[in-house]
Amino acid sequence: MTQSSNKITIDGRAVCFQPGQTIMEAATEASVYIPHLCHHPDYPPHGSCKVCTVKVDGRYLASCSEKAVDGMEVQNNCKDLKDLRRSITQLLFVDGNHYCPSCERSGNCQLQAIGYALEMQENHYTQLFPTRKVDASHPDIILDPDRCILCGLCVRASEAEGKNLFKIGGRGQNSYLSVCSDSGLLGDSSISVNDKAAQICPVGAILIRGEGFHIPIGERLYDHQQITSVGNCRPRYNHSTSNLTERKKREGPEHSKPINLTTGKHTNGK
Amino acid sequence: MSVKRFLDPDQILPAGPWALPAAKERTVKSTGTQLPSHPSKKLTTPLYVKSVCQHYGFSKLFLLQALIRIQLRFGWVSPLAVRELSCQLKITGGEVRSIIDFYSFLSAEFQGQYQILLSNNITDTFLGQSDIFQQLCYLLKTPDGALREDSLVSVTMTSCTGLCDQGPAALINGHPIVNLTSERIKQIAILIESRASFNQWPQDWFLVSDNIREPGALLDRTVSPGQALSQVIKHSKESFLDELQTSSLRGRGGAGFSTFLKFSGVIQQNSKRSKYVICNADEGEPGTFKDRVLLQRHCQQVFEGMTIAGWALGAHKGIVYLRAEYAWLFKFLQDQLQTRRAQGWLGHNAKNLAGFSFDISIHLGAGAYICGEETALIESLEGKRGVPRIRPPFPAQSGYLGFPTLLNNVESFACITEIALTSGQKFAAIGTEHSKGTKLHSVSGDCKYPGIYELPWGVSIAEVLERCGAEDALAVQIGGPSGACIPRDHFDRCIAFEDVPTGGSFMVIGHSRSLIDVVTNFTDFFAHESCGFCTPCRVGCKQLDLFTARLKQRRIHAHELAKIKSLGELMINSSHCGLGKTAALPLLQLMESYPKLIEDSCIPATELLLEPECH
Repeated sequence: MTQSSNKITIDGRAVCFQPGQTIMEAATEASVYIPHLCHHPDYPPHGSCKVCTVKVDGRYLASCSEKAVDGMEVQNNCKDLKDLRRSITQLLFVDGNHYCPSCERSGNCQLQAIGYALEMQENHYTQLFPTRKVDASHPDIILDPDRCILCGLCVRASEAEGKNLFKIGGRGQNSYLSVCSDSGLLGDSSISVNDKAAQICPVGAILIRGEGFHIPIGERLYDHQQITSVGNCRPRYNHSTSNLTERKKREGPEHSKPINLTTGKHTNGK
Repeated sequence: MSVKRFLDPDQILPAGPWALPAAKERTVKSTGTQLPSHPSKKLTTPLYVKSVCQHYGFSKLFLLQALIRIQLRFGWVSPLAVRELSCQLKITGGEVRSIIDFYSFLSAEFQGQYQILLSNNITDTFLGQSDIFQQLCYLLKTPDGALREDSLVSVTMTSCTGLCDQGPAALINGHPIVNLTSERIKQIAILIESRASFNQWPQDWFLVSDNIREPGALLDRTVSPGQALSQVIKHSKESFLDELQTSSLRGRGGAGFSTFLKFSGVIQQNSKRSKYVICNADEGEPGTFKDRVLLQRHCQQVFEGMTIAGWALGAHKGIVYLRAEYAWLFKFLQDQLQTRRAQGWLGHNAKNLAGFSFDISIHLGAGAYICGEETALIESLEGKRGVPRIRPPFPAQSGYLGFPTLLNNVESFACITEIALTSGQKFAAIGTEHSKGTKLHSVSGDCKYPGIYELPWGVSIAEVLERCGAEDALAVQIGGPSGACIPRDHFDRCIAFEDVPTGGSFMVIGHSRSLIDVVTNFTDFFAHESCGFCTPCRVGCKQLDLFTARLKQRRIHAHELAKIKSLGELMINSSHCGLGKTAALPLLQLMESYPKLIEDSCIPATELLLEPECH
């Protein structure tokens, strides 16, 4: 038996990994982009969206939750996977009510960006048009469940912050993002705009009020660049600076900085 | 043979109709009132909730157990109960509601003083369940079964209740009523209108027969507490494990994983860590009822198997996860456990266990098929929504509360007792090369003698059909909706892991039936039971459901077939757990085995021009 070298290949390219790392973590360190929505490097894997599905020995595995094993031959870029990921993205689109043209997150939305990257032209499946209520009870944050993809990022972010603000509730087609307050309303919870949970939403389900359209549509992150090349970045909003122009000034140039492909964090520190 | 079950005020099910919720129930206000020293029958909601929480040591782990008890006590989990629970367990109301909304048997709205749940398994449909539903709605004046204006009664459908051999079956406030006929429905309507307590109902209606048609090694045996245990503990644990290995026993729940390997997996873990033995009695696969019969007639065999497993692994705690549909067995099983304790075969430092402690408790499910998946079951035991975990780690490494856990089906534990009583070699003498021993088949559907057949693995489908008196079967669904639909010309195939595997469901589909109706029922079932965690299953199941509904109405276009086939393949490839991976199988198998049937269901080319969608 040869000595373990902790290497896998992704589309033929050798990639090293630390024991215990997932395929996604190994890929991220090697700057290989695997499309994903529910994965975030700061939080434990969820494995629910399945957009990050890769192929290993003919088997389909969720790369965000599957541990890398020495000698694994991972396929990430092939027609087969692109079709599968596009179908999953289409399923996500018909599952909720995603009206991109009127959504504040349009252009900064990861679901939309993945749709672009996978060349999704239409919804393909039967639109389900669920009826879900907007929660506008909080003065600074709005929750629009129509756009929620149940990725559980806000749940995990909030757990990590020790606040436990969100949970996924219900079952099957009736699953929903539940706010952990007695009334079930955001306004009665202890959420604040500076919570990671309020900022992490990859789509437009959790929106911060008062910053709508401060970057015009057409000038947003994914309006000109593919998520495959810039990763998951979107403007961070710091409420200590409420001046809109100042905010614009600060956030604007950050886009041009090199960005870690998966985290969306700027590589030169914060 | 049947088990007489008398109604008893101490049992978990209500003795009479649920009380109409008072207007104040809806106003949410917590109380800090002390519990009365003698809890009377007239406990108000907050007091009852508090006493339940106290019973469970105010632990969040038992949230689901508390909820199902509140549901069975009041007929719903009122806002007042949610508020009180959140106060007592120090969690938020939103969190409690997120659990209530997951489980079919919990409801945040009052479902009536009498809640009638009709089993909508396909075999119940064969037996005229939809007529029963119509008649009930008509007699009780509940259009579409919705809650009547005076909140007296509601009639709703529920997934298979495990009474397929004596359907159409219903659960009324948790009490099983079988063999529903038009005549019986009339009487039920009268009893409900007169708000009769269940003691006033004819008691023979609640009799659930066991319908054992062909007993074998397991069902022929009656085991008294300690009978097998006293034999095995004389020898070393290693020699028992050797027997288990020789027996080549494979899990009876459906997946057929080697039981010996499961044991080894737990043994390999740090010996100082606590370990758990869990019995999966969440028999949710439609058409399966053999675990019900095992628990009704042979529960000592099951408990004995769990205790042997506990002894072999060094575990001190066993848990039976009993599906909510079988809540009527709860009291009986508790009494049986008490018998074991009284005889010194169970409990802390039980006198016959030679210094080894092992106790078993029963946890109730709350109506979720997905909780039959081992990791979802563990999540549910921990009081959460039953969403399957990411595997690995497997339960043997990190299961209940993160401890090494052995999780097996009811029948597997009964087999363990059988191996302990005889020998691994004797057990392995029956069956085929890769499937040893006998298997319990729950036979239902279009046959003369529905019931339990214990037959050696490897039996041909034709032979089972002959025994159960099914002369004109069109097809047989083996292993439930997630199993395989075997058409008539393949009846020579064998039931074994090598050929057609099964978890115990054997549904005969007669010649007069429409296979499209069957598949529609199954697809609908999966859409209802998907946990909603992963995208392919959550959305895919719903898409399949919409498709089969149109297929039934012959409103599909031929070009859609390829699309639905590729969706099915996507679900098989990328779903998180077995439910999503199998949900498309009924439809895919139908398309493959009966292409002509599907073709005939498409809108004919001549009519296409008339269809507005095609313009």
